Amino acid sequence: MNDNNLEPIIILQDVCKFFGDFQALRNINLQVKKGQRIVVCGPSGSGKSTMIRCINRLEEHDSGKIIVSGRELTSTVKDIDAVRREVGMVFQNFNLFPHLTAIKNLMLALKLVRKMNKSQAQETAMRFLERVRIPEQADKYPIQLSGGQQQRVAIARALCMNPEVMLFDEPTSALDPEMISEVLDVMIDLVNDGLTMICVTHEMGFARSVADSIVFMDWGEIVEMKSPDEFFENPESERTKLFLSQILSH
Amino acid sequence: MNFEFHLIFESIPKMLAGLGITMQLLFLSSFFGLCLGIILLLMRISGRSFLSFPAFMYIYFFRGTPILVQIFVIYHGLPQFEFIRESIFWPILREPFGCATLSLSLNSAAYVSEILRGGYLGVDHGMHEAGMALGLSKYHRFFFVTTPIAVRLAIPAYSNDFISMIKATALASTITLMDMTGVARTIVSKTFAPYEIFIAAAIIYLVIAWFFQRSFGLFEKRMSRYMKR
Repeated sequence: MNDNNLEPIIILQDVCKFFGDFQALRNINLQVKKGQRIVVCGPSGSGKSTMIRCINRLEEHDSGKIIVSGRELTSTVKDIDAVRREVGMVFQNFNLFPHLTAIKNLMLALKLVRKMNKSQAQETAMRFLERVRIPEQADKYPIQLSGGQQQRVAIARALCMNPEVMLFDEPTSALDPEMISEVLDVMIDLVNDGLTMICVTHEMGFARSVADSIVFMDWGEIVEMKSPDEFFENPESERTKLFLSQILSH
Repeated sequence: MNFEFHLIFESIPKMLAGLGITMQLLFLSSFFGLCLGIILLLMRISGRSFLSFPAFMYIYFFRGTPILVQIFVIYHGLPQFEFIRESIFWPILREPFGCATLSLSLNSAAYVSEILRGGYLGVDHGMHEAGMALGLSKYHRFFFVTTPIAVRLAIPAYSNDFISMIKATALASTITLMDMTGVARTIVSKTFAPYEIFIAAAIIYLVIAWFFQRSFGLFEKRMSRYMKR
């Protein structure tokens, strides 16, 4: 596939973000094209989550430009809602609606945002629960599911809206070790079907096998961005080397 | 002093004559209190100071003064004003029942709005973010995500307030209303047996409180399906 022919879905241009006096993002420049899989890694507090949270405006950037599907993110509510419909997000803590069963978690936005009727929503929701391999848990409440199952429901909930791009914010960090692989397996499945995604993760094995670019962040800036092989074999910056030695030392 | 048990049993049926008034006070003021409480809550969480400040002052005033004082001010104070007597509310404010209902409602509203606010504050911020990320509008998030979770969180505190309300209705007897306590006081003035009569009244209040406590307990359990593994 020739990437150059495709318009980027996401463009970040000189994006800066402050929390009070603390600068969380420093002149971030990043483009994501259709079908691209970007994995973002870096030490905690390096701005990884802040960056992807700016893309669907869970955080507001202070300067620079963010363009998603041709729409620039400004404070206009209508544009923000339009952008959010095209961007799916999976959170570290799942954030499933506790008062709704698994299938109803999916159906809520299908009905309210995609304006489907009940049976359409139900059918679509079921199809996506099958895709994440838990159709049999459809009528359970989130608390009755294991962490791995909850996260898969959360992935299905974001995915069933048919977004152009998915954002994963440390999707396996809150999981017990034995549940990490069931979530990663589902994500690898999706990637093989051509999902466009930005994923913040510490799972380096996963990064290496699915990413076509790895972005390394530290101190709120993008230190380097490389293909996985280059990144792991030939890291340029000292900061990257230090990070890799820490994370791969065990 | 002689303690006459039979007086307790004899007076209970008589006091039940006041049960109707007690229940009307309870349900009407709880209903109006809930409605006004929701309005106050919306004002407080609106994020606009010209709405939230009056709501804050209202709550401060009604939580900071005794209900008895509020009842007296409304019953004895308001009729002094010509414009009140000429207003369309006069038929209500002229009656002790109207005054008692009004003051209990106003008082309950202050507490209910704070109870609901506690529920809203208890909703995990992650729920808002998940709703936003799905593209749900502010109103959809409020009605379909935040409110159901907040209501569940507020039930125990609300049931506590409702039970307090049962007992607060007794204050209506101070402005001549013949609720259960009012009836008890009349019986006492005839029999000069305050212990027996008031113990009888206490027994009835306990039975009512038990009934509502139990109902709220069942309701809470039903609403908690999603909180159990």
